[in-house]
Amino acid sequence: MTSAIHVRDLRKSYGELDVLRGVDLDIAQGSIVALLGSNGAGKTTLVRILSTLLPADSGEASIHGLDVATAGPQVRATISLTGQFAAVDEVLTGRENLVLVAQLRHLAEPGRIADEVLARFSLTDAGQRRVSTWSGGMRRRLDIAMSLIGEPRVIFLDEPTTGLDPQARIEVWQAVKEVASRGTTVLLTTQYLDEAEQLADRIAILHEGRILVDGTLAELQDLLPPAEVEYVQKQPSLEDVFLAVIGTDRGAA
Amino acid sequence: MTTHFFSDTAVLLGRSLRHIARSPDTIISTLLMPIAMMLLFVYVFGGAIRSGTESYVSYLLPGILVLTIASGISYTAFRLFLDIQGGIVERFRSMPIARSSVLWAHVLTSLVANLLSLGVVLLVGLAMGFRSGAGPLAWLAVLGILVLLTLALTWVAVIPGLTAKSVDGASAFAYPLIFLPFISSAFVPTDTMPGPVRAFAEHQPVTTIIDVLRRLFAEQPVGSDIWAALAWCLGILAVAYVVAVRTYRGAVSA
Repeated sequence: MTSAIHVRDLRKSYGELDVLRGVDLDIAQGSIVALLGSNGAGKTTLVRILSTLLPADSGEASIHGLDVATAGPQVRATISLTGQFAAVDEVLTGRENLVLVAQLRHLAEPGRIADEVLARFSLTDAGQRRVSTWSGGMRRRLDIAMSLIGEPRVIFLDEPTTGLDPQARIEVWQAVKEVASRGTTVLLTTQYLDEAEQLADRIAILHEGRILVDGTLAELQDLLPPAEVEYVQKQPSLEDVFLAVIGTDRGAA
Repeated sequence: MTTHFFSDTAVLLGRSLRHIARSPDTIISTLLMPIAMMLLFVYVFGGAIRSGTESYVSYLLPGILVLTIASGISYTAFRLFLDIQGGIVERFRSMPIARSSVLWAHVLTSLVANLLSLGVVLLVGLAMGFRSGAGPLAWLAVLGILVLLTLALTWVAVIPGLTAKSVDGASAFAYPLIFLPFISSAFVPTDTMPGPVRAFAEHQPVTTIIDVLRRLFAEQPVGSDIWAALAWCLGILAVAYVVAVRTYRGAVSA
């Protein structure tokens, strides 16, 4: 079986700056992989190359066997990308945004598809309002919902929760889980460890232009040195100080 | 990929026309300047200008039409810039659509918006006393030149829209364009200008285009000047189109 995403020795530099220095990555069909890395690790560059927006300098990259460099249109028909900022049209309503994407994907009955997607992402009530009146979390959900139209086999989510408040993050996570429940392959980039832990089947750590490790959470945890028992002097917390000062015995309290 | 070019362009055109319909202030604000100029020149300076024609407003209108286009196209740069900044161009480019339809939709939107603006300016001109006995063919020629000029200048506007680093940068290019009609035969005949200014005024495309429009309205023969006017429009169009499409391929993927 060919992998959904196959990357071998992929390299990209901007002038002197080597952003990707030989990335190897294979992602099985239907899995959710978190690409974890700090700012500037090359996550966005990798996603842009895979979604045909940026040419690589060398190496191989293919989506379901389609080379991103030579089979651009076929790759674009197979994938969808949600970039770092909610790329939604704020002048249009939520429903109009979805209809627009459905029309651009040349699907029949764009209106019906839009209504279905609104319902799936619990956006039906807001659907008729202009997106400029929506909250950041709702825009992000719409953004992810737009990626889903046309049932692409592979979805790239580039930092889906960056800049969102905790409540909105949870909403977006639910949206990602909704996407994943359909068996779509998802590659999501994130700099939040808990996000990777929450959402992904596998985690790949991209650091200084290379994938350092790639595995399930359990496999990654095995990489750590075994747990050790240490005796550490514990500094009193403010709570301990407070209780001591007001003279309450903790045991009796 | 090109099989969907027309349907993709139509879908994206519908999107930007909706933008215009929902913020008509963008058209109104580009209309204010040319209409204010027309009022100023006809009712303030006009009495003192010897245009060599019976009615100054009839002399002035062709220049105001060109000014309207120069003012109107800056919104294409502005809209395109916002689309790129907002990431929606990136989304469109990662979708299985004809890539150039993104630019064409903006250009055709500009054409629709400018034709609306030109219509309003023409009505204001008529209210101010502009008259023309031009026949349908001459009107068709006027429309053709204005459409070509709008397309040419809009493709020029696409370039800063793609490359600008700020909103101000995206619209700043329009200032010299708006200034060009002032050093032309738009407001006054070029005869009284000093040597070098006159030489520039008489050989720049705005004068050629305005003179042809003026003669079409005045039912005078246009001679070979109409070919010169068309050559200017098509020349600018071709160069701007090639540069814009190359910039689009390069800039957005960098």
